[in-house]
Amino acid sequence: MTAVPTWRNAVRLTRTLRTAACVGAVLLLATACDSAGSTTAGGLNPPRLKAPTKLGRTEGQVNLIAWAGYVEDGSDDPKADWVSDFQKQTGCQVHSKVAASSDEMVKLMKTGEYDAVSASGDASLRLIASGDAAPVNTSLVPNYKDVFSGLKNGAWNSVHGTMYGIPHGRGANLLMYNTQKVKPAPTSWSAVFEGASKYKGHVTAYDSPIYIADAALYLKATRPELKIEDPYALDQRQFDAAVALLKKQNADVGEYWGDYLKEVSAFKSGDSVVGTTWQVIANLAAAEGAKVKALVPKEGSTGWSDTWMVSSKAKHPNCAYKWLNWIVSPKVNAEVAEYFGEAPANSKACALTEDKNFCAVYHAADEDYWKRIAFWNTPIEQCLDGRTDVTCVPYAKWVQAWTEIKG
Amino acid sequence: MASEAPATARGSGVRRLAGALHRRPRLRLALLLTGPLLWLVVLYLGSLAVLFASAFWTTDSFTSQVVKVWSTDNFHALVTTPVFREVIVRSVGVALAVTALCALIAFPVAFYTARVAPPRRRPLLVVAILTPLWASYLVKVYAWRLILSQGGLADWLLAPFGLSGPGFGLPATVLTLTYLWLPYMILPIHTALEQLPAQLLDASADLGARAGRTFRSVVLPMVLPSVAAGSVFTFSLSLGDYITVQIVGGKTQLIGNLVYSDIELNLPMAAALGTVPVVVIVLYLLAIRRTGALDSL
Repeated sequence: MTAVPTWRNAVRLTRTLRTAACVGAVLLLATACDSAGSTTAGGLNPPRLKAPTKLGRTEGQVNLIAWAGYVEDGSDDPKADWVSDFQKQTGCQVHSKVAASSDEMVKLMKTGEYDAVSASGDASLRLIASGDAAPVNTSLVPNYKDVFSGLKNGAWNSVHGTMYGIPHGRGANLLMYNTQKVKPAPTSWSAVFEGASKYKGHVTAYDSPIYIADAALYLKATRPELKIEDPYALDQRQFDAAVALLKKQNADVGEYWGDYLKEVSAFKSGDSVVGTTWQVIANLAAAEGAKVKALVPKEGSTGWSDTWMVSSKAKHPNCAYKWLNWIVSPKVNAEVAEYFGEAPANSKACALTEDKNFCAVYHAADEDYWKRIAFWNTPIEQCLDGRTDVTCVPYAKWVQAWTEIKG
Repeated sequence: MASEAPATARGSGVRRLAGALHRRPRLRLALLLTGPLLWLVVLYLGSLAVLFASAFWTTDSFTSQVVKVWSTDNFHALVTTPVFREVIVRSVGVALAVTALCALIAFPVAFYTARVAPPRRRPLLVVAILTPLWASYLVKVYAWRLILSQGGLADWLLAPFGLSGPGFGLPATVLTLTYLWLPYMILPIHTALEQLPAQLLDASADLGARAGRTFRSVVLPMVLPSVAAGSVFTFSLSLGDYITVQIVGGKTQLIGNLVYSDIELNLPMAAALGTVPVVVIVLYLLAIRRTGALDSL
C-alpha cells in the first residue's frame, strides 16, 4: 500500500543496488507475452504465461524488490538476518532494492531487472494484468503446503485458481481508541464516522486512497440499499456514497497518518483518540504508556496481505524460487513476521517465534478472525465482485477522490 | 643546461597562449563561462523545461504509464477543479503569512542586533541568529510537533491564561515555517540597518522629527528593499514546503503535498501542479524587482 511503505520506511534500508550481471541462465519462465493488460468484461484475463514445471541449477544471484524489513542481512539490526544463511545454503547472492510504495514496485518490475517482489494487494493485480508477474508453480515451493489456507487463492494473489505468488504475511486495519477519553468503548466503525463529531479534531485515519474501502466496508453494513458486495469493487453510485461519508468525516479528523511513529506520538499525547491502526502500532503505543485498545469492529475490517511474486522476465528464476521457499519456511517466516510486526503466513512459524504469545496477539492461526478481513485489492474498471452490468471506479480515480476528500 | 630547454619551451607556450587570450577577450569570456552556462541552461533550465513539457502529457489509467500525447487536460483540471484552486490559494496564503510574520519579528530583532546592542557583542548575536540553521530541518519541525501537541509546551504556557495551544493545523504550519525561515529575513535587514548612516538619523532629529517620524520617513524607505530581499527567501521556501505541513499541519494539504501524492501514479498532473509555484515565484520576483530589492540581494 502506498503508505504502508511509509512506515516500513522507518526501518529504511539503504542498500545500493548493483546491476545484476546476467548469468547466462536459460529462462525457465518462457514469457509467452501476448498483448499486455488485456482485460475483458467479467473479470481479469491476464496474458497467458506459463509457470516452470521443474527447477534447474541456481544462477548464483537473485534480485529482489521488497518492503523495508522484509529482506534483512543484519546490516540494519545485527539480530535481524535471514539473508546470510540463505546465501550460504543456496549459493544465491541476494541483491535487494527497498521500494517506498506499491507504485514504485510496479515501476521497478516493469524494468525486467528484478526476479521477485513482495507485492501488496494494490500492486499484485496490476502486475498480473500487465504480464509482469508470472504464475507460480506452488509444487516447486515445498513450504507452500504449510501456508494458512485463508491466504491461498485470494482475490489479490490468484486468478481463476492459479496462484501468482507465495503469501508472506498479513495484518488487519484495526480500530484503536483511547480507553480514558473514548467512552463507552466502541464496537463499531461508527465511532469514526457518524459518532466522530464527539471527538472532533481528535479522529485519525489512514492517509491513503485505499482508505476509501474502509468507508465502503462500513456502508456495506449500514446502508444495505447500496448493495456493496466488495469494498474494492465500487460502481460510481457506491463510490460517491463512500466519498461523501469521508468528506463528512474530514470535519472531525485531526490528522491523517502515514507513518507509524506519527500515530504512536499522536495517541501518546492525546492529539488522536480514535482511528484506524495496525496491531504493531497498538502494541508500540501501549508499550510507550498510551492508554489504548485496538479491535476489529462488528462490521469487520480491511487488511493487507503481501505476496512474493516472480517476474515474467526473471533472469534468475531458480534462485527466485529458492527465495520464495526460504522466506515462507517456518523459522524465517517467524523471524520476519516478528521483526516487521505482522501475522506470519506459515502455520508452523508460530511454534518458532521468540515471543511465544506472538501468534495469539496477531491472530495468526485464527481463520475466523481473518474471514472478517477484506484484504486490500486493486480497484479496476472490471468489477472484482463479478458484476458485468456496470463498470467500477478504477484506482486512479480513487487517488483523485482522496485529494478532494482531504480538501 | 640541456634540461632547461624544454622548460623554456613550455614557458613560452604558456606565454603564447596567454598572449592569444589577451588579444581575444571574447574567447576568454567564452572559455570562462561555457561550464557554468552549460550547467545553468542544460541542467537547471533544461529540467524546468522538461517539467513544463511533461505537464502536457497524460497517463494510462490502469498501468499509470506516461502516455506522450499532447493535451492541455491537466492545466484545464488545474483551473477548474475546486480542490486544486483551494490548495493553491491556501499555499500562497501560507507563504504570504509566513513572510509578513517574519518581517514583523525580524525588524525589531535586526534593529537591536545592528544598532542598539554594544558593537562588540553584535557578531555574537549574528552567530546566535544563525545557529538554528545548523540543526537539522526535521529535528526542528518534530520539536515543534512536541511543543504544539496536546499538553505540550504551548498548552502549558497558555494554560494560566485560560487558553490552549493552536494544535496541529494551518496556524501551526505558519508558526513553524516562520520559525524555520526567520534567519533568512533577519540577516538582510540587519545588514541594511548596519549600513544606515547615523548622520541621517541625527539630521532627522535635528529637524524636529520624533522617533516614529524618523522611522517612517528615513529608516523604513532605506530598509524596505532589504525586507523585500528577505521576503524572496521566506516566500519561496514556504511555497515549496511539504514536509512541515505533514508533521504539524494536521490534515492540511499544500501544493507540495498534491505533487507528492501524484508523482507516482500521475506524473503529468504532478508536473502541472509543479509549474504553479514556479509561475507564482516568477510573478513575485517581477513584483519585487520594482522595489529595487534584487540589487541588494
